[in-house]
Amino acid sequence: MQGDAVLTMRGISKQFPGTKALNNVDFTLRRGEIHALMGENGAGKSTLIKVLTGVHEKDGGSIHVEGIEGETHIHSPQDAQNAGISTVYQEITLCPNLTVAENMFIGRTEGAMVHWKEYEKRAAAILGSLGIPARPRQELSSCSLAVQQMVAIARAVDMNCKVLILDEPTSSLDEKEVEMLFGLMRDLKSRGVGIIFVTHFLEQVYAVSDRITVLRNGELVGEYAVRDLPQVELVAKMMGKDLNDMAQLEQLGQKSQPGEDVVYQAENLSSAESRPFDFRIRKGEVNGFTGLLGSGRSESVRAIFGADRVTGGRVRVHGRNVKIAKPHDAMKNGIGYLPEDRKRDGIIADLSVRDNIILALQVMKGFFHPMSRSEMEKFADEYIRALSIKTAGKDTPVGSLSGGNQQKVILARWLLTHPDYLILDEPTRGIDVGTKLEIQKLVLKLAEENMSVTFISSEIEEMLRTCSRLIVMRDRNIVGELTGDELTQAHVMKTIAGGGAEA
Amino acid sequence: MSAKKIQIRRGGGLGQLLIPLVALAILLLFNLIRDPGFYSIGVAVNNSGNRVLTGNVISIIDSASELAIIALGMTLVTAACGGQDISVGAVGTIAGSIFVKVLKAFPSINLGAVLAAMLACCLVAVLFNLFNGALVSVFRIQPMIATLILFSCGRSIAYWIVGSATPQIDSPIISAMGMTIPGIPIPTPIFGVILVGLLLALIFRFTTLRLYTESVGVNQGAARLNGINPVVIKLLSFVILGVCVAVAGVIGTCRMGQVSHKTLLIDIEMDAILAVAIGGNNLGGGRFRISGSILGAYIIQMLTTTLLAMRVDPVNIKAYKAVVIIIIVMAGSPVVKSRLTALWSRARLSRGVN
Repeated sequence: MQGDAVLTMRGISKQFPGTKALNNVDFTLRRGEIHALMGENGAGKSTLIKVLTGVHEKDGGSIHVEGIEGETHIHSPQDAQNAGISTVYQEITLCPNLTVAENMFIGRTEGAMVHWKEYEKRAAAILGSLGIPARPRQELSSCSLAVQQMVAIARAVDMNCKVLILDEPTSSLDEKEVEMLFGLMRDLKSRGVGIIFVTHFLEQVYAVSDRITVLRNGELVGEYAVRDLPQVELVAKMMGKDLNDMAQLEQLGQKSQPGEDVVYQAENLSSAESRPFDFRIRKGEVNGFTGLLGSGRSESVRAIFGADRVTGGRVRVHGRNVKIAKPHDAMKNGIGYLPEDRKRDGIIADLSVRDNIILALQVMKGFFHPMSRSEMEKFADEYIRALSIKTAGKDTPVGSLSGGNQQKVILARWLLTHPDYLILDEPTRGIDVGTKLEIQKLVLKLAEENMSVTFISSEIEEMLRTCSRLIVMRDRNIVGELTGDELTQAHVMKTIAGGGAEA
Repeated sequence: MSAKKIQIRRGGGLGQLLIPLVALAILLLFNLIRDPGFYSIGVAVNNSGNRVLTGNVISIIDSASELAIIALGMTLVTAACGGQDISVGAVGTIAGSIFVKVLKAFPSINLGAVLAAMLACCLVAVLFNLFNGALVSVFRIQPMIATLILFSCGRSIAYWIVGSATPQIDSPIISAMGMTIPGIPIPTPIFGVILVGLLLALIFRFTTLRLYTESVGVNQGAARLNGINPVVIKLLSFVILGVCVAVAGVIGTCRMGQVSHKTLLIDIEMDAILAVAIGGNNLGGGRFRISGSILGAYIIQMLTTTLLAMRVDPVNIKAYKAVVIIIIVMAGSPVVKSRLTALWSRARLSRGVN
């Protein structure tokens, strides 16, 4: 165990059915350090955190915590707390209708009698010393989100924690609140608390962290001091691309040549979830939105489809001014949208494969024009064959299909409406490699048939293979647009990281 | 959890109706053994001098009419909103009161007056249900809580509308509607059920209501992203239930020849929810089967009539009913169902091996 380390994890492994979530991962946290844990989705960040907090049991490896003799065994969240490891989650897990002081001491009062007066005094002292702007007797829900988060931190700190885990603490805070939180983090750091900071916001990592550990596909990529790891290299490491190799990656497949007509054009389009942006797409063009998770790429396409409340902007479809305020408007204008979260927004699990395939077309036909049974069967048969959807039958509930086949059903749903412009948000996420390739090929084929497609994927290679234009987003703003020769891994990463290579 | 649900759904076709059908068969069999005369149908002359069919079977089908009609609408609300309307009895009484109030405004009760009164009470019931529906769909209040409001005050509103305890309406038209039409030996309320059932069947045939309702019930967010407006669909389910409730209110009022805010359609909300549940419909919304709910309604009425025929003290009937219903509902519960399915497939497997 290193001299100033408060937490040492060595050779941690964790297996889930079918996947190796963590493979021989080391992690070291030093006293008075803010340590960012970075990695794309599925890299193993949350599994590592959950092993540390006793939510998951590790399959192999050892954990040492400062001040505890020998190996520390963590089998439950209670064990973690006893070892001095506290977690503040993204969603606040306190009770909003209790007071601040009650929230700080609930579950750890001693004896049968509770002396709230005394606890309130103690709460006031802690809040004061940490400079948190909340009163002990104030109801928690009356505090801002940032302050609620800070109360959660104060609760953790008062439990004598040596290791504080902050899991995406800033995702619902505005800039000022983030600064407040950073102030508190630095304060705790100076008191010797080791902080593990999990976030998707690159700039915040550089604003507050001392050290970065990068994970990818359940394996440790490395541990770096912040000053030794420029932002662009961090991005490359998270995505698993060596900067030198990236330029050499060749492109596969034939890309389509976009036509001249602009199919869809938006100026200053904004929604409840996205900042104003401009966008247009030509006939037969495949474009992509890229950026790290939380960069606003999904929110932008949701705004195009009217999936979130549209708050402003001018939209033209085929040169005509139109108003797209809700999904139905977009559908009438020939736009289809395959959502990012298949389970939540895509499939209607209990309904049959047939109903799921014809749904969008049926809605476009209208309430008083139901399709006949034979028509539905015909369309379902046609698309089950065309996309080779593996299902026991047309009447099988779509929820019982595999992920890839569910995705094909939703694709079929939109292809059936014959859209001019199809938005595919993460169509290849969580599905097997074979189906991934099928979907990419399909995208290229559709473009050849003059359909415009927006294709979003977390895997940059997929987008480089299919898109002729990439829009790069960072922190909810469009920061670049890459075409032609600029469509290389290196360029994309530089633009994502903001390394001055903005095209 | 959803995986389990799917497993059960996979039975498809008759699967959902299996439990209610078995329950009905057992009840039928029980009565046959207990008293073979239970099913005898006779012809008698009633007070108005009409020849009518009599017997337990006729009585069961007749008295279940209001329940069956309300269960129809309740199925739709359940499917779309994933919750139940507990104000149907109260709103039905309001509808009955409006019916009587409008009739009293006419110098004599003729066909025109009855039609006007029915139209008025449908309109009022729909308005009250739009209130319920708005609370549920726009303000996203839990259906049971939203409809608790009218559940508590609806009967007072009904009393306030007619202004006296039990205003009577007496006319051959009214008794024809509540009992039998001269020359037709079958009780009129039964035709009411058939009419409402047919109307709903036509709506399902000529609109996409079923697909939209099920989509909203299963996954509201996904339905919205496919261009369906969940608010409209939920409101629509409440409107249709409103019409059902009004018809049930009119039938109940005509049956008694008076409107009593204390007894009209009393406790029907719970029976209607029960009918939906016995019919194998998921009370959490989603896919639904109207025929299941109708079957449920007749099972409940059959149970009551059987107990009455066994001379069980009416005070105790509810307790006996409860026991039987516990059994039916348990048999239809996901846990028991999946156990039974497992047993069944194991039995089939061992038979195959031998």
